[in-house]
Formats: sequence, C-alpha cells, structure tokens
Amino acid sequence: MRPHPPWRSRRALVLGTAVLSVGALAACSSSGSSSTSTTTSSSASSSPSSSNPITIGASLSLTGDFSTDGINYERGYELWASDVNAHGGLLGRQVVLKILNDNSSPTQVDTNYQTLFASDHVDLAFGPFSSLLTTPASSVAARYGYAFVEGAGGAPTVFQSPANLADHNVFDVSLPIADEMVPFVNWIASLPASQRPKTAAYPMADDPFATPPVQLAQQMLQKLGVKTVYSKIFPEEAADYKAPADQVAASGAQIVVLGSTDVPTVSAFMQAFEQQHYTPKLFIAAAGPDQGSAFISAVGKGNAVGMMVPNGWYPAYANSASQAMVQAYVAKYGGNASGVSSDIAEAYSVGQVMAQAVTATGGTDNAKIITYLRSGVTLTSVQGPVKFDSLGENGLAAAFVSQWQNGGNAFNQVLPVGQAGSVAIIATKPAWSS
Amino acid sequence: MAREIYQAITDGILVGGVYALMAVGLTLIFGVLDIINIAQGVMVILGAYLSYELAARLHIDLFVGLLVTVPAMFVIGVVIQWAFIRPLRGRERVSMTLLVSYAVALIIEGILYESFGANTRVLSAWYVTSSVHVFGFYLPYIYLFGFALAVVLVVALYLLLYRTRFGRSVRATMQDETAARLVGIDTNRVAALTFGIGVAVTAAGGMVYGATSGGFNPNSGYDLISRLLAIIILGGLGSIGGALAASVFMLTLEALVDIWQPQWAIVVFYAALVLVLLIRPAGFFGAARGRTA
Repeated sequence: MRPHPPWRSRRALVLGTAVLSVGALAACSSSGSSSTSTTTSSSASSSPSSSNPITIGASLSLTGDFSTDGINYERGYELWASDVNAHGGLLGRQVVLKILNDNSSPTQVDTNYQTLFASDHVDLAFGPFSSLLTTPASSVAARYGYAFVEGAGGAPTVFQSPANLADHNVFDVSLPIADEMVPFVNWIASLPASQRPKTAAYPMADDPFATPPVQLAQQMLQKLGVKTVYSKIFPEEAADYKAPADQVAASGAQIVVLGSTDVPTVSAFMQAFEQQHYTPKLFIAAAGPDQGSAFISAVGKGNAVGMMVPNGWYPAYANSASQAMVQAYVAKYGGNASGVSSDIAEAYSVGQVMAQAVTATGGTDNAKIITYLRSGVTLTSVQGPVKFDSLGENGLAAAFVSQWQNGGNAFNQVLPVGQAGSVAIIATKPAWSS
Repeated sequence: MAREIYQAITDGILVGGVYALMAVGLTLIFGVLDIINIAQGVMVILGAYLSYELAARLHIDLFVGLLVTVPAMFVIGVVIQWAFIRPLRGRERVSMTLLVSYAVALIIEGILYESFGANTRVLSAWYVTSSVHVFGFYLPYIYLFGFALAVVLVVALYLLLYRTRFGRSVRATMQDETAARLVGIDTNRVAALTFGIGVAVTAAGGMVYGATSGGFNPNSGYDLISRLLAIIILGGLGSIGGALAASVFMLTLEALVDIWQPQWAIVVFYAALVLVLLIRPAGFFGAARGRTA
C-alpha cells in the first residue's frame, strides 16, 4: 500500500483532547450526578384555591438511553391527569403537568427539578425514570421540602441516600427492586432436586437498578446448590454486548439471570445466544421484556416466548382500576392490552397515591403530605395496595414474574405459583425461532 | 481459558469490522476537511433507519438496500457540507465545525425522534441470527458479511484516492489547500464530494450496526462517537486502512479484557489511545509529516 496522506501530529493531539472530552462528557451523563448545592429554601406549601390549577412538576427521559421508558412514563402521568381532570380534578382544581426532558442525564435531572421548584414553584412533584436519576432528583426535592412520589426508583441507593435518610421524603409506589427476583428463586427452590437447574450465569449492567436483584438471586441460588458459571458486571454504556454474551453462551448455563436496564441489552444478548446456537433453559431479565410492544418489535414474537421479567404489575392484573386504566390507555394510544408497558401502571400509580394524599390532607402542603404518607396508611393503586415503610419503600408491593407466552401474543403472570392470576409457567424456554 | 481467548479474538475481529465501517467515513472527512464530525454517530443511526425503512416497508434486503441508502446518504452529506460547513471561514473554522456538526447531530436526532419515536428498532434478516460453524466457533454471517464489506469499502476508497483524477484532487487538497486552488482544483467541490462520500460509506456502517447492536433509537449515536474518534486517531488520522486496523485492534483488546474484568474494558480502550498518542502521536498508520496549509 502506498504511504498514507501525511498529517500533522499536533492535529492528533487536538483531536485526542476532543475525544477524551467527549468521553468524559458521556461518562458524566451516564454515571455521575451534580453536587451543586444551593442555600435557597422553599417551604413547598400552598393554600388551596379552587380557581387555580394544581401544577405538578416532573423530569422525564424523553430522549436518551431511557427514552422508551421516559415516554411511557409521560403517557402514564398524562393518562392519570386526564382521568382526574375528567372527574373534576383534585379538590375541585384541575391538574396541570409540567414535564421537562432530562435526556436521561443525572446531571440534567438535578437541574430540571431545581427549575421546577425554584423557578416554576410547582405545587407537587412526581419522580423521574430509573433509580439512577431518582437518587439525585430526590435530594433536590428534599432540599426544597417536596414529597417525592415516584415509581421507578426502587434501588437501595435511592432509599439509602443521605437526603432520604435525613428527610424521608421519597415514596416509591412500586416494588423495591432488590427483592424482585425472589419469586423466581422460590420457584426454583420448589422444584424437585432432580428437575432443578444445575448452573446459572449472571451478566449484569453496572446500574443501581440492574445489579442488586441479580446479585441477591445469585446468592440465593448458590445456597440452593445452583453453580455459578458466569458472574460479571459490564459497563452500562457498553456499545457492544457480543463478547459478554458469547462468554455466557460458552458457559452453557442452564439459567441466565440478566441484569439489564433496557430492551437493546436484552435483545443483544438474545441475538448473540441465537447466533451461538445456545438456548438457556430459563432466561429472566431485570428489565426489557416488560416493555410490551417495544420488546416484541425488537426481538420478535417467536423469540420472546419463555422470556421472563420480574414485575409489580402486568396488563392482565386482576384489579378493576388497573383494567380500566389499560382500556383507557389502549383507547388513547392504540395497540392491545398485552402491549401496555408496566411503566404506564407505575406512573399512573404515582398519580393515584399523590391524589389520595392531597385529598386526605386537604391541600398541596408538602410537609403535610410527607407526614401523611409516612403515617402507615394503606393506599390503593393500579399496582395494588401501597403502604410505605420508614424509608419510603412500598411494603405491600407484590412481586410477580411475568412471562411471554402463546406465541409472543400474551404476557402472563406466572409466579408466584398458585397466586391469583398466575398461569402455568413455560419451564423450558423454546429454541430460538428467527 | 484458551478457548475464551480465541473467542475474544474472533469477536474483536468481527466487531472491529463493524466499527471500521462506521469509522472510515469519519477519518476521510477529517483527513480532507479538518472537520471533527461530531455528527458521525447520528449519521450511523440515520443510515440504520434508512435501511430499516427499506426493509420494513419495501422488504428490501439490507445489503441490497445499500444501493439506495449509500447514494441517499451521499446527497445528505453534500447538502450538509454545502449548508453548514462550507460557510465557515477564518481561523476559528476548525473549532466552529465542532459546534456546527454537533448542531447537525441534534437536528438529525430531532427529526428521527419526530419520525420514528423513541422505541427501539432492529434490523432483521436471515443472516443476522444465523452463523457458520468453523473450528469449533459459531461465526455469525452478519459479522462476516460486515467485515467483508469493510474490506471492500476500504479498498474502494483506496482506489478512489490513489487511482483516480478525483483522488489526486483530494490528496492535493489534503496536503495544501491553497496550492491546490492555485493549480486549478475546485477545492469547494472536492470538499463537498468528500464529505458526501464520507457520509455515504457511513450508511453501510449504520446498516451493520443496526443489525448487530440489539437495537437502536435516535439517541444511540452518542454512545458511538467517542469510540469512533479514538479509532481514527489510533489508526492515523485520514488513514482509511488505519481505521480498519485500529478498529480490529481496539475491539479485540476490549474483548480480551472483557474475559477478566468487563468493567475495565472501556477504560483499557481509551488507555490504549492515550498510550499510542504518547508513543506514536500520528497513530498506527499516520505519517509525521503534515500538510503546510
């Protein structure tokens, strides 16, 4: 080959600096949170006035890595608000949502809530999507005295944050994620020893949402005698999953417990497994298969069969309010019931819980709302009963495992076995069918 | 362990081919125009969406679809260069192109969000999930085809640059733009066509990326750009073959580290870049001598 066009080495250094800057920015946007502090304080309380709307602020990931979930959350919040407004509003006041886009950035979510609290003076606050963003957001809310009701911040890091330990202002209406794989492990334990899988692989994304439930499942399964043949944490911002997926395939594990945060991660592992002619007997992912039509369109109906995901809600959940919400969602956004993401129910539940607190306290005084939610009262939501413990975890949240069945046309609750609504589990995942 | 190492090397070579497809356009554009095209990642995703549209709506095979998407992306590239890059003049031109290309990325991302929404899309074909069994390893066809395509494109670009009149104009512009103008080369035309070619070949990278990544949405490009920039530096700025070699080297290195400590894989990726800059600032295939203007 001929010599290549000549270049100045100075340009390489300039570009190198640019690369590292871009990399640093990307790292900041995916893992860090701002430590900006402010001395501004607000009582976050207001007196009821029937003529003024109640403004509720939220920051959501409408773009960026969590945009699929963020947009679902936006729909869930809006669906709840439209339902409330159609029934006369809260305390006779219409509900107005003010939603800002955080681009899935922990730094931007911090800025957004400061804007909502300090500049917009919203009456109430709803949480963002993901534990990664809820942790910094809840600190801002604590600083401004807001009750922070959220549905997607179930990681231990959220509840154990210094702000929440001091102010106890976080209230997660959904299932605490650390325990979400427990029904799956309990089912394995219930199997006769001869039928119990012998090996398991645990690939995990480096994310506060993804690792705790998988690590707990690993500990419990190891105690049951299930041998760990792969257990590694890969970077959340990995641009390619072929290498870890191929390692899992080479391990030949009978169970794969994937600590995933989104659909592409699960899809990439499934694709690599199929390429390697490897089908685990059981495949459960922390997130992704719960994304309804977004998951099916990515992996195909045939391949989805047998895929499991822990969940606090599923579309066929036998709850009249849930069924009404699903119908309203399908009527507004189209599709079918099995394609409704659990994000919708989580977001809708946030609104329901806040509405009950506002009604009970007779206004939007956040201090009163925090006291009320911490009082041990049992509330209702489309995900079932809600009762907060001292750290704001929902102690009554039911842990389910759902599975794609019926040719990828049905997303059914399968665990716990014998629980109302559970159908027979597909105990051996069918071979890939692309 | 030996099997794991062989598997990692195989993965690195195959995935490296995909990254080479995405990086060659970037290194070509930088080489000729001195432009750090921050929009390259979004261009990759745009290419993936174009392939998706052809496959989903018209049932056109992904590789056959390149006959449409490559020319389409060429036109898009020429228009972007003409509308956004060409007007930039003066001493701050290079730094301004950073901002302008970032703006272009935001515009394209916004259009994609409006057009397709945030849901993940995947490119499907029989060769995406099928593989061939060789020496005990399953090699996915999509990666094999993608690697072959990368080699073909690198050779084609090499021939274009070193065997054609247009290529001579490009190389003259690379070495000394003022002198090139003095000898009658229309450097504006060269710049527009080169930018167009750089974006056009990215269509191929977008297609293969869309088929191998597990899914993409309008935002997916931001995870790519820093890696692509690292690759073209390591390969030698403007070196087409260097982009391929660096892609294979970097992705193989990452796959090997992944065996033991996946969390360190990305760190090692960028550490390798820093080391190369310290030892050989011009990269693997970059020459120390530069152009004079």
